[in-house]
Amino acid sequence: MLNISGIHEGFVLDHIQAGMSLQIYHDLKLDELDCTVAIIKNAKSNKMGKKDILKVECPVEALDLDILGFIDHNITVNVIKDDKIVEKKILHLPKQVKNVITCKNPRCITSIEQELDQIFLLTDEEREIYRCKYCEEKYRNPNRR
Amino acid sequence: MRHLMSPLDFSVDELDKLLNLANDIEKYPQKYAHACDGKKLATCFYEPSTRTRLSFEAAMLNLGGSVLGFSSADSSSAAKGESVSDTIRVISCYADICAMRHPKEGAPLVASLKSQIPVINAGDGGHQHPTQTLTDLLTIRSLRGELGNLTIGLCGDLKFGRTVHSLINALIRYPGIRFVLISPEELRIPSYIREDVLEANNIPFTEVERLEDAMPELDILYMTRVQKERFFNEEDYVRLKNYYILTKSKMELAKKDMLVLHPLPRVNEISVEVDDDPRAAYFKQAQYGVYVRMALILTLLGIEVK
Repeated sequence: MLNISGIHEGFVLDHIQAGMSLQIYHDLKLDELDCTVAIIKNAKSNKMGKKDILKVECPVEALDLDILGFIDHNITVNVIKDDKIVEKKILHLPKQVKNVITCKNPRCITSIEQELDQIFLLTDEEREIYRCKYCEEKYRNPNRR
Repeated sequence: MRHLMSPLDFSVDELDKLLNLANDIEKYPQKYAHACDGKKLATCFYEPSTRTRLSFEAAMLNLGGSVLGFSSADSSSAAKGESVSDTIRVISCYADICAMRHPKEGAPLVASLKSQIPVINAGDGGHQHPTQTLTDLLTIRSLRGELGNLTIGLCGDLKFGRTVHSLINALIRYPGIRFVLISPEELRIPSYIREDVLEANNIPFTEVERLEDAMPELDILYMTRVQKERFFNEEDYVRLKNYYILTKSKMELAKKDMLVLHPLPRVNEISVEVDDDPRAAYFKQAQYGVYVRMALILTLLGIEVK
């Protein structure tokens, strides 16, 4: 059994789909933060069989959870303060995702216009469909469960 | 300030008002001859277009306004690498309203976000062409009396044809609409229109391959051109370009009051012999395109004519 010590202040991101933790590490830009991060891969899970876990020791306002909601809203987010879980956050699909994914449509204006934000809008919440704000090309997150 | 990016930017009520205004312009053109005196329309066309650009220009000139602009990217600052955002900021200093056509999808929307003047999407790649849809709606309403309770046949390139997609989106807001989708297997309507628009809104539709089979039940036949520029493969284009040709003998199968519409330009999908048929409405449609653009310019500029 692998032991990783608890954290004083930060987040524990639980129930990450096995194999997805490194992508989430990058999408949350954790490599840019000067903080301790533990990446646990293929942990046993009753619910999922295998899962990944991320433990991040950082100020609680340092993470953009909207992005996490977009990546996978089934992830459990435990907020830790003074060594205790003070909150379990429920993730929602964000209405808008800015500069996280890029439009793949070669005919889209985003392919040529300088310094244009890449914006995707949630157009169908039930089916979790995001479309490019400019050309309406559909983006379906291949990693979403 | 209001822009026009998609035909759905207007509610059904707003659309009714716009079409009523267009009909009033058709009836009393003199009343509107000086409505835009001193106003300027900039036509920013980054790709070639004859009908749409000239229709916009005719519309502004009919209203007493003036027109300036460019008709290809080569003759604009885009050739020097200027962004759409910068171009529209500059155009905003020169004109009161702008009609923009661009090969990149979403370019007019980007312009509208930075513009100080109303921007009209005059076609952005394969995405939207709202003023063509307004033209189609005005033509149908003017010649049939209403936009509901119609069986509409859409024929030809239903896969790449943006006018067809926009028209479907606009017409499903009216009661009693039924579609007959006539196309070869390769050019069938995309799934996002079939599933997200037609099925999601419980709009009755059938898909057929033979135009002759559909003719007797149609109130409107909307023909489209198989567009060479949408194909990556020349062979596919050659095989499909002559798939549908509307002839006099096929017209004999149609109702006496059916209307034939076409966004133009046509190549050979409507035989010239059909032009004299009173049901051929495609040239009238081009005239309605000017009226509806006049109404649109007045509406976006907030000009009321008593």
